[in-house]
Amino acid sequence: MKTNEVLISGKHLTKVFGYGKHKTTAVDDVSFEFHKGEIISIVGESGSGKTTLAKMIMGLLKESSGSISYMGKPRQLKRHADRKKYWKHIQAIFQDPFSSFNQFYKVEKLLLDCIRLQGLKLSKEEQLQKMKEACSFVNLKYEELHNKYPFELSGGQMQRLMIARIFMLHPQLLIADEPTSMVDACSRSTILDMLLKLRDENGMTIIFITHDVGLAYYVSDTLYIMERGKVVESGPAEDVIIHPQHPYTRQLISDVPKVHEAWDLS
Amino acid sequence: MNHSVRILLKSPKFMLGAVLLLLMIGVVMIYPLINRNDPLEMIALAYQPPDSKLLLGSDNFGRDLFLELIYGIRTSLQVGLIAGVFATAIGLVIGLASGYIGGMIDNLLTAVTNIFIVIPSFVILILISVSIDSRSSFVTAAIIGITSWPWTARAVRAQTSSLRNRDHVNIAKISGYSTPRIIMYEILPYIASYVVMAFVLQMASGILAEASISMLGLGPYNTISLGIIMNWALVFEAPVAGAWWAFIPAALSIAVITFSLYMMNTGMDEIFNPKIRS
Repeated sequence: MKTNEVLISGKHLTKVFGYGKHKTTAVDDVSFEFHKGEIISIVGESGSGKTTLAKMIMGLLKESSGSISYMGKPRQLKRHADRKKYWKHIQAIFQDPFSSFNQFYKVEKLLLDCIRLQGLKLSKEEQLQKMKEACSFVNLKYEELHNKYPFELSGGQMQRLMIARIFMLHPQLLIADEPTSMVDACSRSTILDMLLKLRDENGMTIIFITHDVGLAYYVSDTLYIMERGKVVESGPAEDVIIHPQHPYTRQLISDVPKVHEAWDLS
Repeated sequence: MNHSVRILLKSPKFMLGAVLLLLMIGVVMIYPLINRNDPLEMIALAYQPPDSKLLLGSDNFGRDLFLELIYGIRTSLQVGLIAGVFATAIGLVIGLASGYIGGMIDNLLTAVTNIFIVIPSFVILILISVSIDSRSSFVTAAIIGITSWPWTARAVRAQTSSLRNRDHVNIAKISGYSTPRIIMYEILPYIASYVVMAFVLQMASGILAEASISMLGLGPYNTISLGIIMNWALVFEAPVAGAWWAFIPAALSIAVITFSLYMMNTGMDEIFNPKIRS
């Protein structure tokens, strides 16, 4: 599915929080090139700057220095209209499904907002049709859900609704920030399969952010390993896992618990 | 939203406060329609004790104190309401701006808020009142409101800056919501309960502030408020004359109004703050 067409690229991205003595560099001189239809995993421990990098790509955080180009052109995010246009192409799923919903509104509103963002003028029936389609894609029943409040759903259901949202928007680029870390193991594999299905059907580029090397290897074409704000190693998933160059990568790989081996905790 | 209102109606504390307040509002709205006399009309001798005709006796000018009290409660409630609206609105706007925008603007607004917290607001209140020539009850209420917003601003700022980083706000952003819409639909509902509580408290403290400043003789002109009744009693030496009816009912009314508002606030606190509820 991976093509050679570059969708989004970043050059020397840096993000610094605070100033003076309290300065922390969350992302330090990171460059990347993501292709159309590619699945990229950004792997690193907590605090390695992977979420900050993702938020910069999303356009939710302004980069301190460096630049991001989208479809070959430097992206423009100055005006609200520009950002709105950008977000038609770039969407995200966040880690915590419980805080991803506004608890004051019914589930239906989340899906109706997608139709609004796309600027589609649809009749009531067409809207209903679209929402039902999205729900059935993630194995949920629209009839059972639309009248419920988010706190009446389980974490897995919420996260699947977030995927239904992506299905309705079909963006070019999806940033999935640890989408499976707060749901149980069964939902985890269904959610991953849904994401892969989305890629296969829509040719979507997916940036997968995780701390789990095993998971990253399972889903992705390309791996980026991050440590303390820097990308220490990147390349095709096979290469990185089988021939790790950097000591940090080796450590991450050896830390993956294995079912059939005694686990060395020393 | 309807859900929390329904729980609120089941809280005995809230209901006690609300019923007391509504009762009082009812009386002060209806009684002037029945007794159409001017409260400032002198109809009896000075300091007549209460009897069947003058329910609370007369003051030093021989005016009907019960009628005065009714008008006084009405003014005091109005002043409290206006002061509460002013304080809550200013606090809300400054708190939201500073919490949501962050950065330099946050630092600046927090500094201003802290300055206002440090300076005793009652002193500012006195100074402004002295320097203004024509004080209506509205102007007094506005001054009280303008000097009592900092705590609301501080609390709203704290809540907003933690909500701003929640994922549902990010989802709203990448769904193309504009900033005013995000504040309206993603931030305000979460802090609404707190703002209502702050408003009730500020209304109570507004009534107290008006009473205090009127007792010093710096309150509104050309009107009757509970503080002004007490001021008259003080100036014309009602305590020396043994005319308890000239100041105790007014003081008691202030106590009952603030008590009912505080009860409503405590009731709401128990509902909206589950940690206390259990």
